[in-house]
Amino acid sequence: MSSPEPRGHQLGLSLLGTEISVLFRRKRTWAMLAALAAVPVLIGVAIRISSAGDSGRGPSFISAIAGNGLFVGVASLVLAIPLFLPLTIGVVAGDTIAGEASQGTLRYLLVAPAGRPRLLLVKFLGAAVFCFAAPVTVVIAGTLTGLVLFPVGPVTLLSGDQVPFGDGMLRLLAMAAYAGIAMLGLTAVGLFVSTLTDVPVGAMAATVVLAVTSQVLDQLPQLAAVHPFLLSDSWLGLVDLLRQPPIWTTFGTNALLQLGYVVVFGALAYGRFTTRDVLA
Amino acid sequence: MSAGLAIETEGLGKRFKGRDAVVDVALAVPDGSVFGFLGPNGSGKTTTIRMLLGLVNPTAGRAVLLGSPMPERAAAVLPRVGALVEGPGFAGYLSGSANLARLDSADPLADPRTRKRRIGEALDRVGLSAAAGKRVKAYSLGMKQRLGIANALLRPRDLLVLDEPTNGLDPQGTREVRTLVHDLAREGTTVFVSSHLLTEIEQMCTHAAVMRTGRLVAQGTLDELRGAAVDDRLHLLTPDVDAAITALVAAGLPATPSGAEVVAPLQGHAVEDLVPALVAAGIRIRGVRTAEASLEDRFVALTGEGFDVES
Repeated sequence: MSSPEPRGHQLGLSLLGTEISVLFRRKRTWAMLAALAAVPVLIGVAIRISSAGDSGRGPSFISAIAGNGLFVGVASLVLAIPLFLPLTIGVVAGDTIAGEASQGTLRYLLVAPAGRPRLLLVKFLGAAVFCFAAPVTVVIAGTLTGLVLFPVGPVTLLSGDQVPFGDGMLRLLAMAAYAGIAMLGLTAVGLFVSTLTDVPVGAMAATVVLAVTSQVLDQLPQLAAVHPFLLSDSWLGLVDLLRQPPIWTTFGTNALLQLGYVVVFGALAYGRFTTRDVLA
Repeated sequence: MSAGLAIETEGLGKRFKGRDAVVDVALAVPDGSVFGFLGPNGSGKTTTIRMLLGLVNPTAGRAVLLGSPMPERAAAVLPRVGALVEGPGFAGYLSGSANLARLDSADPLADPRTRKRRIGEALDRVGLSAAAGKRVKAYSLGMKQRLGIANALLRPRDLLVLDEPTNGLDPQGTREVRTLVHDLAREGTTVFVSSHLLTEIEQMCTHAAVMRTGRLVAQGTLDELRGAAVDDRLHLLTPDVDAAITALVAAGLPATPSGAEVVAPLQGHAVEDLVPALVAAGIRIRGVRTAEASLEDRFVALTGEGFDVES
């Protein structure tokens, strides 16, 4: 009945392809990316209008914007990483399994048969693509805003050193990569939560709440001992890429922390999803 | 397990939180049959189907699909099975054909090079070609149901499992599904179709099984089921009800009053022998008729309720 077939789709590449294309065919995805892109535009416009009397107040990146447009992207990433990014990632990751269940497509994907481990992996990878698409969107919108509204040139780093514009741009992309990696742990958490319910909104809300809780706990000095293990502990470490030389160990720590979350919550999601009854 | 069976279960059971949904089901669905799976709503049909397809883990017994145990061999078996489970389920924001492409890409054995053609053929087969590019959220329930059937037909299948396939379809659509099932059966596909509508099963199927409160209460060819049906009955219109009952019981027929009539299963007795005997016993007879037992009588007797009740 079936002819000899290329190996690619047996591995699930075909399913991953449709997963990603479906993700980017949804209006919701574009609405979230547009909202993220609005962050740098709003910041840029606000600074441009009020830049006359720059008092040096506020986060240092914000005050640096008037001097160098490249900092629009930097400031936006730093602003987006505690809430806006987790919010959009929570929506995408919380929707992974629960969304299919509530839509009635989960049973058809499984009967196709997608295979439960394969479907889970594809869902994670699809959400991971969004993890990177989101900060890259912020960086692109930030850079464009910066180019239009402000002078650009050599970048003055946190350490006071100056690097050429191209170098600054590379660092900005590295920061986007850092932010994408920083969201992978949350994606795995959302994936797990999504296997627990058939109500996507519940899974999305729970994921976002967990992201916020992690940051609250990270603020309590009494819990200093657990801080290094909190999901969000490494999120703001992306500014270390603006030092000279960039502190790559922070990049590594972030990757390791997120990998840990991916492994633990990926295993939990696997344990739950491969054994549960699919009644939706 | 036995050869020649597309579906076979042994002692299949499912318990949800202390409640038995399915108990000790032993199905035997012959290859090439059109097998009706009957039962009132809530009798465990869909749970059984979900277990057959590996969506729900049985808490007892085992299921064998196309010769391989489920859910262990799901990856090898399910590509040979097309299914419609508890109504269609599609992404409303995607077109009908995009939904099918997505589900087809989830099948590791489906060839992406022929995907477009197969989707076109499946849509054509259920009469949805014109709406292929429309978003599913603009579909009527009947169109979604057709799309669900198209999904089951994306590849040549050895077994089709159709759960309430005519749900939401108008009479015309119902007839089309019936024709489709006949055509598929002629091509050699075994069709396992569930319904709570007896007439539908009678028109489509060669075999049937009946579920009642989670248990399988009857199974066989339609003729076997009819043969095992309650006897033809004698309906006697008489003013002498009590005397008639006494006489019939004396003749070995468990007669009972029913309105103005006396009703008794014939149990092989001939009407032409019974009537003179009754007349000879001084019973006045105003009318005599016999009622042939229908499949419906049998199913009502088995399930304790009628089937033509939508709920």
